[in-house]
Amino acid sequence: MNAQTKLIATSERKIWPLTGGVHPAENKHQSTGMPIASVPLPETLVLPLLQHAGTPAEPVVAVGDKVLKGQLIARASGVVSAALHAPSSGVITALESRPIPHPSGFSEPCIILTTDGADRWCELAAVNDYRRLPPAELVARIRDAGISGMGGAGFPTALKLSSGLPIHTLILNGTECEPYITADDMLMREQAQAIIAGAAILQYVLGAGQCLIGIEDNKPEAIAAMRAALAESVDADKMEIVVFPTIYPSGGEKQLIQILTGQEVPSGRLPADLGMVVQNVGTAVAVKEAIVDGKPLISRITTLTGAALQKPHNVHALIGTPAHHLLQQAGLHESQLSTLVFGGPMMGFSVDRLDIPVTKTANCLIAATQAEFPAAPDPQACIRCGHCAQACPSSLLPQQLYWHARAENYQQLLHHNLFDCIECGACAFVCPSAIPLVQYYRASKGAIRTLEAKQAQSERSRARYENRLARMAQESAEKEAKRQANAERAARLKAAKAQEQVAEDDPVQAAIARAKARKAAGAPAKVALSGEQKELKIQLSMARAQAKKTERALSACVDDETTKKLTSNLAMLNEQVAKLEQAFEGGSAEVQAEEKRVKIARPALSDDEKKRKVELAMANAAVKKLQRALDGASDDDAATLKQQLADAEQRVAGLKLALEGRL
Amino acid sequence: MALINSRSSIRAGQTSPHKLALNSTQRVMGLLVLATLPGLLAQTVFFGWGTLINVLWCVLIALGCEALVLKLRQRSLAVCLSDCSAVVAGVLLGLALPPFAPWWLSLVAVSFAMIIGKHLYGGLGQNPFNPAMLGYVLVLISFPQEMIAWLPPMGLEGHNNSLSDAAFAIFGSGVDAVSMATPLDVLKENSSLTINELWQANPVFDGMAGRGWLWVNVAYLAGGLFLLWRRVFTWHAPIGMLVAITIMATLFWQGSGSDSHGSPMFHLLSGATMLGAFFIITDPVSGATSNRGRLIFGVGVGIMVYVIRAWGGYPDGVAFAVLLMNMAAPTIDYYTQPRTYGHHRANKGMPKRD
Repeated sequence: MNAQTKLIATSERKIWPLTGGVHPAENKHQSTGMPIASVPLPETLVLPLLQHAGTPAEPVVAVGDKVLKGQLIARASGVVSAALHAPSSGVITALESRPIPHPSGFSEPCIILTTDGADRWCELAAVNDYRRLPPAELVARIRDAGISGMGGAGFPTALKLSSGLPIHTLILNGTECEPYITADDMLMREQAQAIIAGAAILQYVLGAGQCLIGIEDNKPEAIAAMRAALAESVDADKMEIVVFPTIYPSGGEKQLIQILTGQEVPSGRLPADLGMVVQNVGTAVAVKEAIVDGKPLISRITTLTGAALQKPHNVHALIGTPAHHLLQQAGLHESQLSTLVFGGPMMGFSVDRLDIPVTKTANCLIAATQAEFPAAPDPQACIRCGHCAQACPSSLLPQQLYWHARAENYQQLLHHNLFDCIECGACAFVCPSAIPLVQYYRASKGAIRTLEAKQAQSERSRARYENRLARMAQESAEKEAKRQANAERAARLKAAKAQEQVAEDDPVQAAIARAKARKAAGAPAKVALSGEQKELKIQLSMARAQAKKTERALSACVDDETTKKLTSNLAMLNEQVAKLEQAFEGGSAEVQAEEKRVKIARPALSDDEKKRKVELAMANAAVKKLQRALDGASDDDAATLKQQLADAEQRVAGLKLALEGRL
Repeated sequence: MALINSRSSIRAGQTSPHKLALNSTQRVMGLLVLATLPGLLAQTVFFGWGTLINVLWCVLIALGCEALVLKLRQRSLAVCLSDCSAVVAGVLLGLALPPFAPWWLSLVAVSFAMIIGKHLYGGLGQNPFNPAMLGYVLVLISFPQEMIAWLPPMGLEGHNNSLSDAAFAIFGSGVDAVSMATPLDVLKENSSLTINELWQANPVFDGMAGRGWLWVNVAYLAGGLFLLWRRVFTWHAPIGMLVAITIMATLFWQGSGSDSHGSPMFHLLSGATMLGAFFIITDPVSGATSNRGRLIFGVGVGIMVYVIRAWGGYPDGVAFAVLLMNMAAPTIDYYTQPRTYGHHRANKGMPKRD
């Protein structure tokens, strides 16, 4: 203990206190008595394709393939994935689902490797001087080595190293705050130089100016070893070992950053947003081995502990080694074994089989007796004592979260920042009513995620449905508009025809009436007409009326000369109509000018003249009628008719004369 | 090796954490009862055996009522009775009622507290009001005569009467003839004497806070400090209440004339101040939740206790103040969430509806 206090005293860096926290019994001394041991090669290795956070790896071997130690057997399947290598030489005997270390107890696809005992390495590509390689090349090598976080979460390391954000501080996590686990402690004691070397590589890759190595003060031997290794290292000036008081959960990424820097990772963001990257000391060693030795990640240090073991200690375990193979090395008393926990007692999970393999994240196996991990007592009522809130490292209100979780009040859960819960279990640890609080939070998180996924899906479906409705509405509206337009046009034409018949004698009136009718019918062509256009339109309708009248006069005409004149008149009028139409539609200045010229040349008929013309036509008609009557008349009548005909002809001649004088 | 490839007898499905701290509701409740012992002792010394008999009688009623309701609600008697919450409620009511309160008064108060105040709301952890205070207020309003029957300290005529006398007084004829007003009562009723005259005229006054009362409050303070040390609760509510009373009593002291409201020390160490501060308002179920909320809760109780004492219709106001603040607790909770790690500010009020 003396050495310990001295070490703390010499630590100069300011450290910040952890919020909340608890002090569970450490139970670490049981497994630190022996050095890290090797384990006889197991007959079979079970290698789950998913040993990391992200998507499972894709196998690149088939059943029957012979593989060498370190050979790639499954490649990363996406950005968030990690490759998998053969931990020993042998034959691939199966690709099948096996139970994996997961709280669900589910089986997942695994590669089964039957070892041949030769333990023969494949060819390794070591790097002599990593500083000659660009960081991106080193990241690629780390990625190819299949390294994922060794602390527990198993996030692919290469991804953490390539955030693209400027990193100024690398934090090496040697905290190991969970009780029982001593894998990192023993690693620091025995391989401190490798850790420093790995940290130097990580620092180079990240371009981080400083490296803080955080260790709890309950590991004096590890601290001493690390200090000694650092003193010998060429990178001593860029690294610092920071020792801080033991409290759970100081080893959480966010908590460690708080302790070492006083800063908080903003909710929903990453340490990289603060310019920091946190890596486990075990990960640093894996990185060193991947770069300097060219070895992929095929083994890890696992603590074997618990009261059901005769000699608890740490081992170099090949990834994929079944748990019972390891536990037997530590002298398992099967009859005393009550609970097998993967991980620590605070955050680990229990499994119900002994053939579950060790994975890249399996830092500890606790073979516990009944007395050691007694069955949780039945939960009692929450009395809101608030001990949980005092223990919470995230400053949440676990008691309120619990009530809202039970009420399935998701809005309140989100309002109380449920997703900032790191599931450290400190609240449940201190709960006097023995309520499995973390379980409520996990379940609620799952329910909210499911609900949000469903909502997102239904939102997409709703948007799709609404788009379809809108499309259909638009189509039917278009159809309806077309139908209405047709109906209106028909009505308008009908009305115009009727008006025309009524006002045949007064073409001007008729034109106006037609225009009115069209206006009333809302003629589609009628869009805000300019004054000029209006004038043109009136002229056009008048010209059309005149043309029509002339046509009628022509059809009623009998003598050749009149016909000739009327025909030429009609031609002129038609030409005028065409021009006016063109002017009205085209609206161009030239056309308008032309139209004006035509207008001047046009026989501008006065009312009087018009009247005479009409009279002439009528007179002509009368003459015709009289002639017909005369043809079929008796002698008595003939004289009267002849007299009348002569009068009529005379009148026609007079009218013609009058008109011609004008023309 | 039988275990290896098949589902075995090892226990799985147990959720983390796999080992819990040695903490239990029984332990919390036990510590609470333990911490009341100095106060119980002091009260027994100064007010006679009646207090002790009262406490035992109230615990008995509380356990009886709890058992009855649990039976009606078809709950496990062993599990629920063993949490000791009924014992705590009984002890607190027994301490709060006058030492020679007749047996039926205690019966009414405790059974109302347990059945109406606690179980009709859903039992332990569900009650919005402090059950003990509900029971206390019920009898205070219904039977004011009996409720002011505090004996002069040091027993009748300066002598503690015997255990059998006390039992007879409680379960027999009652003690109307010899009851005496408490210092708070006397001070409240006073309108003509200066403080010095009042102190001399009344044997009940002795020292700062009245004969006996000072030591009773000091004993509760000691018990409360013990609970703080054992971290049964945080300092926020008790300190909030005591500081609020001190400030209020200082502001509205009005010297030592006949219209004086009494010194801050008098208010801190008389009446139910310390019992309230450490044993009543620290009830987590009906109080506020967060540390800040508890501070506000305590300050609220402190202010209201003083307001009732100085200008209200009752000599002491702890029970009313606690019930009033119980009503405010959910609202306080909405506005006193702590700032979560990684957040710029704390969430306030109700969640936004979408």
